[in-house]
Amino acid sequence: MQNVKVITGTSAAAEAAKLADVDVIAAYPITPQTTSVEKLAEFVANGELNAEYIKVESEHSAISACVGASATGARTFTATSSQGLALMHEILFAAAGMRMPIVMMNANRALSAPINIWNDQQDSISQRDTGWIQLYAENNQETLDLIIQAFKIAENENVLLPVMVNLDGFILTHTVEPVEIPEKEKVLNFVGQYEPKHAYLRPEKPMTQGALGDPEWYMETRYDVQKAQDVALNVIKDIHDKFAEKFGRAYGNGLIESYNIENAETVLITMGSLCGTIKDVIDELKAEGKEYGLLKIISYRPLPTEEIKEALKGAKNVAILDKDISLGLDKGALFTDIAPFLKDKKTVNYIVGLGGRDIRKANIKEIIEHTENEAKDTETKWIGLKE
Amino acid sequence: MARQFPREELFAPGHRGCAGCGAAIVARLTLKAAGKNTIVANATGCLEVMTTPYPETAWRVPWMHVAFENAAAVASGIEAAVKSLKRKRGLYEGEKVNVIAFGGDGGTADIGFQALSGAMERGHDMVYIMYDNEAYMNTGVQRSGSTPYMASTTTSPAGSVIRGENRPKKNMPMIMAAHGIPYVATASISYPEDFMNKVKKACEIDGPAFIQILQPCTTGWGYPAAKTVELGRLAVKAGIWPLYEIENGEYRVTYKPSKRISIEEYLKTQKRYRHLTEEDIEEMQNLINHKCQEMGI
Repeated sequence: MQNVKVITGTSAAAEAAKLADVDVIAAYPITPQTTSVEKLAEFVANGELNAEYIKVESEHSAISACVGASATGARTFTATSSQGLALMHEILFAAAGMRMPIVMMNANRALSAPINIWNDQQDSISQRDTGWIQLYAENNQETLDLIIQAFKIAENENVLLPVMVNLDGFILTHTVEPVEIPEKEKVLNFVGQYEPKHAYLRPEKPMTQGALGDPEWYMETRYDVQKAQDVALNVIKDIHDKFAEKFGRAYGNGLIESYNIENAETVLITMGSLCGTIKDVIDELKAEGKEYGLLKIISYRPLPTEEIKEALKGAKNVAILDKDISLGLDKGALFTDIAPFLKDKKTVNYIVGLGGRDIRKANIKEIIEHTENEAKDTETKWIGLKE
Repeated sequence: MARQFPREELFAPGHRGCAGCGAAIVARLTLKAAGKNTIVANATGCLEVMTTPYPETAWRVPWMHVAFENAAAVASGIEAAVKSLKRKRGLYEGEKVNVIAFGGDGGTADIGFQALSGAMERGHDMVYIMYDNEAYMNTGVQRSGSTPYMASTTTSPAGSVIRGENRPKKNMPMIMAAHGIPYVATASISYPEDFMNKVKKACEIDGPAFIQILQPCTTGWGYPAAKTVELGRLAVKAGIWPLYEIENGEYRVTYKPSKRISIEEYLKTQKRYRHLTEEDIEEMQNLINHKCQEMGI
């Protein structure tokens, strides 16, 4: 029998970590992540989850403690958002470089200044080059499903990279949706037990981790992370397929998800909860006899460029919606990453929803209209801006 | 006495420390006292750089370095993982695994202070060893919060207007004691038995322990490499570095010099103090006299 709970995205994330039977949690509260770490504390306090919960004094220490715990051989989870993620920045590089399979939930939120607790994706985008795998959820069910898969991806022997599962602050973290909670045994059977094979801190076999890598060695370690990211493309797909088979829920091919692309000349690309709004608009327009498509990016790092190219081969106009901005270039990250692969199409960049600015169906229709009729190739347009 | 020290070397020779490096003595003695069943977290600094240039390592115990300011947080994670794996998977059954963090004075009293305070306050069962050479030696002798009054460093140089470092040394042992942790101690590389006893005790005690060990630095302090141990002894004998422990709130002096030497005998051996005038030395002596009276030395 299905166990469906009507819960927030942060609760879904906490449920997922509980189902994966994490050994160590280290976390620090920050809006809008807080309710997930409160939920986990509750699970530990009630004996529902047998884990060590380190109530650290900062996010910097949260991720540092996760690195220490992961290196010792524990399955490790943390959660953060925005300023907290920015404070972790330095150690995110270390976690990836040292190949620690940590799983983190990040509640996407704008960065200061001005201080703003609402949603955009500048926080995780700013961690793009740290070596972490980055996945983006569209809804609360996908949040739970991605976190379960994230442990299996991170701990895969050929990947061994930390995974950040992103969900839009408030839009998902504070909105309740029905979420199917799978049986714990089924999940444990799926993710297995974490047992580090190559490097670990155990007195019976002393190893040195985090050594000084001089110019003779540094480049190779960076290249190894790149190779692991390449391998992760197939591993993510494979784990997604196995998950779909076992739990009956699928999300495109695990890397990207296409929605009505095959019928459309104009396609929108974005990540996260905005995909839900866009799907609604596409359905409405379809009812009027107009065909538009959506390409949802689930895996932003590694970025599946081949799959994206293939999915868009029939498209003429591509609108790329970014909830982030590279100031000084006037382009969002998705656009700068994807547009170079789509030179034969009109590609237009839309900066949307910064700091929680509402993105309504009318805005999506405005974007479609603009892309098709007025926009010049590689143009950038800020949507809903007060001028 | 020397025969009582374990012969086994868990800190391998052949590392890249300077001749006369006091940090190497700290690491070697610590591991002799703690033994094999130890996991080490090391902050960025001299000790880390000189012992682990890939693919070499001087550590014969599991060892990890992540960053400059987070050794205490990394050690927190290691300790939590050991506990969790013990409880959930039966690893380390009936064993005591020592979790030891090493940080220099910069990595401990300055940039790593928050992580250290958090780890101590949370009560992790770990030993934090601050190897104190009284400046940022790894980057070339810049002042830290642990640099003593009037010492000349590259960022507190003695000039015609300013007489070197203008602030007193941060009192880390007392700050740690204020956390209410079960064990705090000071130590010196020149009193190895005293130090090793303290490490042993710190490992045995359940909960956080903090040991600050003064470690003369030949390049940073400016003295001949052969004199490291002698300098450490002079600091204790002059009363500038008293040896004590605070066990469950009980303060106890662990070594009391039979007769204190003058501070001048200690200061004159080092280039970092060579700018001091007679008045400066007198001022310093008065300060030390006052401190020693307070500490019962």
